[in-house]
Amino acid sequence: MKLTCRNGRRDSLTLEGRVLAPAQGIDENLRITIEHGVIARLEPALASSLVLAPAFVDPHVHLRTPGREDEETLQSGTEAAAAGGYCAIVAMPNTDPVVDSAIVLEGLVRRAETEAVVPTGFMAAISKGQRGEELTEMAELAGAGAIAFTDDGSPVVSAGLMRRALQYSAVGGRQLAVHCQEPTLSANGHAHEGEIAAELGLGPYPSLAESLMVERDLALAGSEERPLHLMHLSAKESVEALARAQANNVAATGEVTPHHLCRSEDAVRSLDANMKMNPPLRAEDDRQALVQALADGTIAAIATDHAPHAREEKDVPFEEAPFGVTGLETAFAALHTSLVLPGVLSLETLLERMSSGPARVFGIAEPHIELGGEANIAVLDLDAEWTVSEDGFRSRSANSWLLGETLRGRVVKTIADGRVVFAL
Amino acid sequence: MAEQEARRHLLSIADLTGADVERILGLAGRMAEVAAAGEKLPTLRGRTVVNLFYESSTRTSTSFELAAKRLSADTLTVRASGSSVDKGESLRDTVETLAAYRPDVIVVRHPAAGAPGIVARASAANVVNAGDGKHQHPTQALLDVYTIGETLGRLEGVQVAIVGDVLHSRVARSLVQALRLVGAHSTLVAPPTLLPRGIESLGCEVSTDIAAVAAADVIYVLRMQRERMAAGEAFIPSLGEYTALYGITPERVRPGQLVMHPGPMNRGIEIDPRVADAPYSLVTEQVRSGLAVRMAVLADLAVDLEAIAAEALVELA
Repeated sequence: MKLTCRNGRRDSLTLEGRVLAPAQGIDENLRITIEHGVIARLEPALASSLVLAPAFVDPHVHLRTPGREDEETLQSGTEAAAAGGYCAIVAMPNTDPVVDSAIVLEGLVRRAETEAVVPTGFMAAISKGQRGEELTEMAELAGAGAIAFTDDGSPVVSAGLMRRALQYSAVGGRQLAVHCQEPTLSANGHAHEGEIAAELGLGPYPSLAESLMVERDLALAGSEERPLHLMHLSAKESVEALARAQANNVAATGEVTPHHLCRSEDAVRSLDANMKMNPPLRAEDDRQALVQALADGTIAAIATDHAPHAREEKDVPFEEAPFGVTGLETAFAALHTSLVLPGVLSLETLLERMSSGPARVFGIAEPHIELGGEANIAVLDLDAEWTVSEDGFRSRSANSWLLGETLRGRVVKTIADGRVVFAL
Repeated sequence: MAEQEARRHLLSIADLTGADVERILGLAGRMAEVAAAGEKLPTLRGRTVVNLFYESSTRTSTSFELAAKRLSADTLTVRASGSSVDKGESLRDTVETLAAYRPDVIVVRHPAAGAPGIVARASAANVVNAGDGKHQHPTQALLDVYTIGETLGRLEGVQVAIVGDVLHSRVARSLVQALRLVGAHSTLVAPPTLLPRGIESLGCEVSTDIAAVAAADVIYVLRMQRERMAAGEAFIPSLGEYTALYGITPERVRPGQLVMHPGPMNRGIEIDPRVADAPYSLVTEQVRSGLAVRMAVLADLAVDLEAIAAEALVELA
């Protein structure tokens, strides 16, 4: 798959640390010599407190460009990605205008050539204007560089159109990635249906609104024998449906966000609009099911669903706020703090699901640490403690679900495409 | 911190303890005597109480205004329509603008849950929630509990059946919590589509059968909001069917039971006019209690304010 970024000089440097590349079976202390962006030497080194991991891949990012450059630009979004240890990200097409034609997509790719700090791919829409009525010109869009197709932000409501989209996606050789939401079940929904929404008087957004659509889309994908990627899963019923489909040889994959892995509906009690996202934070047993599915591989990828929003749009009562939170700059630290340190998830699994896992789903080159290969490395200080604050972001937006939280583990340097794109 | 927050504001019944409720209700008893005598107290002299209403309201806004006046406060009422709110000003900006008048108390009603918390964070004033979305209406709950206590002479063990549109009701949510704090019990009775999943975690029983009201000492009737019947939003097939199944008619009230309603009533829909006007209806007592309880709430915050100021002086000395 074609990713695009600013071209520039390739860097030469050496790194020392515990090289941990689970997908390659590497766990040893090494000195990595990078010459002009390429790994030229791998030599034994003394133990160090730093971990050198294959840099991360985020298959689900909103860069808000074109249309809402006040919230994020290709440059600010990819700088945020760099600060989060990413060497590749995939941007969503629900912009204004929607990425539903080759001309819009080509414009973005051209801008990425001058603005993107980290290699960036773009998904295109399944339907024109994401209106769920007519298919986009998928073959032309694939030719212009579309990584995959999605109407993310909205579901494909019509089962008929979804079936046709699955059939037709074979023409462009790209898969579909779906945002599963049955809109009549989630109507006026602001929080997971359950005790907390009931107590706070928030409109309920039941798990069923997601899982019913997951079941439908998996049935369609199975019937059409086409691959399907399920985005930002939140409910245990969805995970169970995905596992069943996989057992029946449906080529289905799934992703999960750091916020759904680390927080449950309890966080909504604060009525803080930075705890509002779509799908919503769900019950504790849903969260545990997501962690389990990530650990056992049912869910292959961690995706931030980085969704920047202007401060004035989030600084309102919960029900009036838009859905979405940022996540690029905090993903590793949040997951390390909430899942790895308590011993719920191994560091190896976390690193795999943040890098090789998502890369494989979308046919993006897996970031490997190997002799002669391009350097794509995240340097991690697992002991570093830091507090997430509003003024610390590279992103233009600060609608983080972690504001004020102290995290342990930090990305201190990122090498993407052979260049140092971030250093603390 | 949270404790201090709860003491400075009245945002939710969930922030209160049983002792808080007891204290406020005790104060309300004294305020009721003052109100009955048509007297004024100097408690809030020189203080400013701002009523900030983003939703239409008659009884709550007039009740707060009168309560503040009876406590000698200067009052100011700002309504969303006809103010800069109409011009798109954000809640935070409106509150910061009002801050120029140095309000001591802001009473806020807003269509979204959590808005009073935003006001509390954006201002130095004590904030009283006068209804936020479908979330809380704490002074309504306190005045209802006060009314029940005054009428029955007890609260411990009292059974209250709350009937109607629970889903959209901030009154129901606050009242269940307040009743629980004083040792009373509540049962929510509603059609299944108006009974939110998980609501029993507030600490109440739930039932979809109107027969459940028979065991109650008090039948508390919720307003059926006609706007909930809009196309695509219809939670029940018709108001007629609702009335037939859940309307409180004289036949559904057993001798000795009391009936309450937070108002405004839809006579002939959720409550039969014969019930509304019956001797066992406490509707006018509720309005009267509203004044006393709101005086008590305002005075209670002011007293706390004095106490905090006194503590600060002691620290300075």
